Amino acid sequence: MTEEKAKAYWRENISTILKLLSVWFIVSYGAGILFINQLNTIEISGVKLGFWFAQQGAIYVFVILIFVYVRMMNKLDEKYDVHE
Amino acid sequence: MDLQTLIYLFVGLSFALYIGIAIWAKAASTKDFYVAGGGVHPIANGMATAADWMSAASFISLAGLISYKGSDGGAYLMGWTGGYVLLALLLAPYLRKFGKFTVPDFIGDRYYSNVARTVAVVATIFVSFTYVAGQMRGVGIVFSRFLQVDVNTGVYIGMGIVFIYAVLGGMKGITYTQVAQYTVMIIAYLIPAIFLSLMVTDTFLPQLGIFATTTFDFNDGVKVIPQGTYLMHALDQSLADLGFKEYTQPGNLWNMFMLTVALMVGTAGLPHVIVRFFTVPRVKDARISAGYALLFIALLYTTVASVAAFSRVNTIDRIQNVEYKQWVTEGVKKSDGRENHGSWFRTWEKGSLLAWNDRNGDGKIQYAAGKAFDNAKGKPAFDGDKVAPDGHRLTTNALPAKGAKPFDNEVYIDRDIIVLANPEIANLPNWVIALIAAGGLAAALSTAAGLLLVISASISHDLLGKVIFNDPATGKSKLSEKSELMAARLAAVAAIIVAGYLGIHPPGFVAQVVAFAFGLAAASFFPAIILGIFDKRMNKAGAIAGISTGLIFTFGYIIYFVFMGGDKADYLWGIAPTGIGTLGMVLHFIVAYIVSRMTEPPPQHIQDLVESIRVPRGAGEAQAH
Repeated sequence: MTEEKAKAYWRENISTILKLLSVWFIVSYGAGILFINQLNTIEISGVKLGFWFAQQGAIYVFVILIFVYVRMMNKLDEKYDVHE
Repeated sequence: MDLQTLIYLFVGLSFALYIGIAIWAKAASTKDFYVAGGGVHPIANGMATAADWMSAASFISLAGLISYKGSDGGAYLMGWTGGYVLLALLLAPYLRKFGKFTVPDFIGDRYYSNVARTVAVVATIFVSFTYVAGQMRGVGIVFSRFLQVDVNTGVYIGMGIVFIYAVLGGMKGITYTQVAQYTVMIIAYLIPAIFLSLMVTDTFLPQLGIFATTTFDFNDGVKVIPQGTYLMHALDQSLADLGFKEYTQPGNLWNMFMLTVALMVGTAGLPHVIVRFFTVPRVKDARISAGYALLFIALLYTTVASVAAFSRVNTIDRIQNVEYKQWVTEGVKKSDGRENHGSWFRTWEKGSLLAWNDRNGDGKIQYAAGKAFDNAKGKPAFDGDKVAPDGHRLTTNALPAKGAKPFDNEVYIDRDIIVLANPEIANLPNWVIALIAAGGLAAALSTAAGLLLVISASISHDLLGKVIFNDPATGKSKLSEKSELMAARLAAVAAIIVAGYLGIHPPGFVAQVVAFAFGLAAASFFPAIILGIFDKRMNKAGAIAGISTGLIFTFGYIIYFVFMGGDKADYLWGIAPTGIGTLGMVLHFIVAYIVSRMTEPPPQHIQDLVESIRVPRGAGEAQAH
C-alpha cells in the first residue's frame, strides 16, 4: 500500500470513529445527563424520556453503534484492499 | 422438592458442567493458557467477555444500587455499557493487530521501555486484586446464604472450583467455562425479572414493564395508589409520600457526568477486559466480538432498571404495616387477597442484612425515609443472638431522633440483598430461587477466574519472561515454553490464595476500592493505549510522564478523601472520589502531549509499528516473542 493510500485510509477511519462517537456522546451524556431535565418534561406511558435514555435507551443505541461500526469498517477495509 | 434440595441440585449441576468443560479444554501451551490459542469464535468470545465483565456486583448489587439511587443510578448503567463503544472503536481492533498477550506487552513494546512495562504490570496486578477480593467475598456470601454454610467455608469452596478450571485450563478453560456461565447467569437473571414484571405490571418483557400500569391497589402506608396507575408514577408518588426523593428526580448532574466518564473509560481500560480481544483470530473478529459482548451484556443491563423499579414498589407493598410476628411465621393476606409471607425477612435478619426496630411499639413494621438505627450509616448493631418476645433480633443502638415525616422509619435494608431476596419477597416458586443461587455463583466465579488469569499472566509473562529473565542479547525470555507455563500456573495458584485471603479477611473497604480500580484504569491504561495508537509522535518520556501523573493524582485524591477522612467541602470542583479518574485521564493526556513534544520523537521502528497496527491485513496469530 502506498503512503498516500495509507493516509487516506486512516483519515476515513478517523472520520468514521468521530461520527459514531458523536452519536455515542449525544445519547448518553446529552440525553441522559446534560439535557435530562428538559427531556424529562416529555413522558411516554408514565416514563420520563431523559430518565429512560439514562437507564435503558442509551444502552440500545450503544449496541447498534458497534454493529454499524463493524459494517462501515468492513466496507472501508475492502475499499482500500486492506481486509483480511 | 424443597428449596434446599433444589438449590443443591441447580448449583451442583452447574458446577459439574464447568468442571467438565475445564477438563475438556485443558491448556497445552502458553498460548492456550494466555489467549486460548487465539482461535475463539467471536460469538463465544462475546459471551465469555460478558460473563467475565458482569461480576457478582452486576448480578447481585447493581439492581439494589439503582433501586436505592433512582435516576442517578443511570451513571452506572451507561458507564458500564458505554465503555464497550470506546473499546470497539478505539482499542480492540488495533490491539488485536498488535498481536501480543497482555496490556503490559503493548505498553512495554510501544514505549520501548521496561520501566513503562513494569509500571503497567504493577497497575494491572493492583487493579485486578482490588476486583477479585470483592468477587471472592461475593462467592462466600452467596454460598453462605444458599448452602447454609459459613461465609469462610463458602470462600474455600469457591477457591477450589476456580483452582480447577483456571489453573488447569488457563484462558482456554476459562473462556469455554465462561460461555456456560453466561448462559446460566442470564437465564437466572431474566426468569425472576419476567416473573416480577408479570406480577407487578402484567407485562412479559421487563424492559417494557416500566411503561405499564400497576396490577394492584398499592398501599404505601400513607395512601392507596389505585390499580392501573402508571408504574413510574406510582413509584414516584409512594417515595414522595414516604419522605424520599422522587425516583425519577435527577440529583447532582456534574457528579453524574464525571462518574459516567470514569466508569466508561475505566471499563475500556481494564486489563481483564482488553485481554479478551487478543483471543480472536482476526482484527475483524475483534470488532464484532466487542459488539456481541455488549449485546450479551445489554440483555442483562436493560433489565436492571426495571428490576430496580419493580423491587422498590414490591418491597414497600410487602413490608409496609405488616404485623411482624404473624407475617414471618404464618404469613398474612393483603386486603385484596394476595398472599404475603415474611419468612424471607427472618432469613436475612439472621444474616444481619435486615433489621427491624419497633420504635412505636405497635408490633407492625413501618418503612419510610430516615434512619431506623442511631448510627452514622443507619446500620444496626445486633445484640448477639438476643431476640424480642415476637422473635425479631435486638440491637444495641440508641433510638434515633423522633418526629420524621410521615412517620419514623423502622427498617434497615442492606441494598445488596435486593436481587437475591426479591424472588422470595414476591413468593416466587422455589426453583426460581434455586436458579438465582446458581446465577449469582456463575457471575462471581467467572469474573474471579478471568481476573486471576490476568494476574498470573502479568507475573509469569510480563514480569518473569520480559523483565527478570529477559536475555538482553536476543530480547527474548530465557525461560522455556514449558517452564513459563509452569510459572503461569504457580502464579495462578498464588493469586488464588491471596484472593481467598482477601475474601476471608476483607479490607473493610471493598466497596470503596472499586472506585480505585476504575479510576486508576481510566487515568493510566486508557490514555496510554489511545495515544500509543492514535499519536505516532508519542514517545517513551511522554508516556511515562503521563502514566505517572494520572496514577499519582488519582491515587492521591482517592486516598485523601476516602481513607484519610478528607472533607467533602474540599472536593476539587466538587468532584467526588468515584469520578476523579476522569480528571486524572485529562491530566494524563495533557502532560503526555506536552512532554512528548519537548523530547525526541520515537525511533523509526516504533513509528513503523504504529503504522502497521493501523491496518488490519496481516494480523496473524497472537505471538509470544
